[in-house]
Amino acid sequence: MAEVAATPLFGAALTLAVYALAQALYRRSGSIWLNPVLVSTAIIIALLLGADIPYASYARGGELILFFLGPAVVALAVPLYQRRQELWGRKGPILTGVLAGALASIASACGIAWLLGGSSEVILSLAPKSVTTPIAIGIAERIGGIPALTAPLVVITGCLGGLCGAEFCRLIGIRSPVAVGLAVGTAAHGIGTARMLEIDRLAGAVSGLAIGLNGLMTTFLLPLLMLLFA
Amino acid sequence: MIRGLALLLSFQLLGELIVRGLGWPVPGNVIGMTLLLAALIVGMVPLAWVIEAADLLLTHMALLFVPAGVGVMLYFELIGREWLPILAATGGSTFVVMAVTGHLAQRLEVPTQTGADGDG
Repeated sequence: MAEVAATPLFGAALTLAVYALAQALYRRSGSIWLNPVLVSTAIIIALLLGADIPYASYARGGELILFFLGPAVVALAVPLYQRRQELWGRKGPILTGVLAGALASIASACGIAWLLGGSSEVILSLAPKSVTTPIAIGIAERIGGIPALTAPLVVITGCLGGLCGAEFCRLIGIRSPVAVGLAVGTAAHGIGTARMLEIDRLAGAVSGLAIGLNGLMTTFLLPLLMLLFA
Repeated sequence: MIRGLALLLSFQLLGELIVRGLGWPVPGNVIGMTLLLAALIVGMVPLAWVIEAADLLLTHMALLFVPAGVGVMLYFELIGREWLPILAATGGSTFVVMAVTGHLAQRLEVPTQTGADGDG
């Protein structure tokens, strides 16, 4: 068993099978609380712990799947290209909104963790948490956080934004699809964008744009802020 | 489909090469995305070549995050020790960002809005 579990086949098969199940559950129930990423992550962790399979064995297959996040980020160029006229017409609000969001994310995540007595490695791991995983890992590495801790924090952030981002925006009076897409994409990257694409094509395209822009801005902002405060 | 995947991976590779070559502190995939967008706009890459592969990856983008999420099990101990700052910062800042970005963008957008665009 342990031998099979250590092959890439195991992690890849487990992830796809559990995700397919979680997706069916999500569609059948129609409940936003059964977010497929959240549910499948919880099930996989429970199964690994229950069967006493180390994370390192699972990760061999997991990495195969994680690999495709790279080309998925490149693929975001497609919805951007398709919606380029609508987006270009709103370049001011979009750039300002994402810049403010990137700053707010760093300030609030680090600020809250610092106030509540978080250690410096935790604070630095939290700093890039609104940025999509492949970018956030690179940033965490560069500023002295723990990349392997940043990755799941990024996923939890994404699940939260995907779970209730649309509802939260409606609650606080953000109604324009561009503003909603931008808010959710800036805060909750790819997982939020997946939900936006389900709701509205334009909101999805803007959300995808926000992933790239926030990634770029946070990449440049964090080292600068570190120089100011360190 | 294969042509699309080949293009997406090649643009990512090109992005990585540029980032490494110039020593830029930017992830290569973001540069790859920017280059693909430019190639689509100038017509170097027809949309039909990439759309199938891009749609496949984007439709199932959420799945690709699951293995990263499972990694949380390595840090149960650290999270157990510092659960309050970690959870409060992760949750709180997610809502702060949505409120800041959404409200700012909506306020700035209103004057420049042009005619009919759905339910906005």
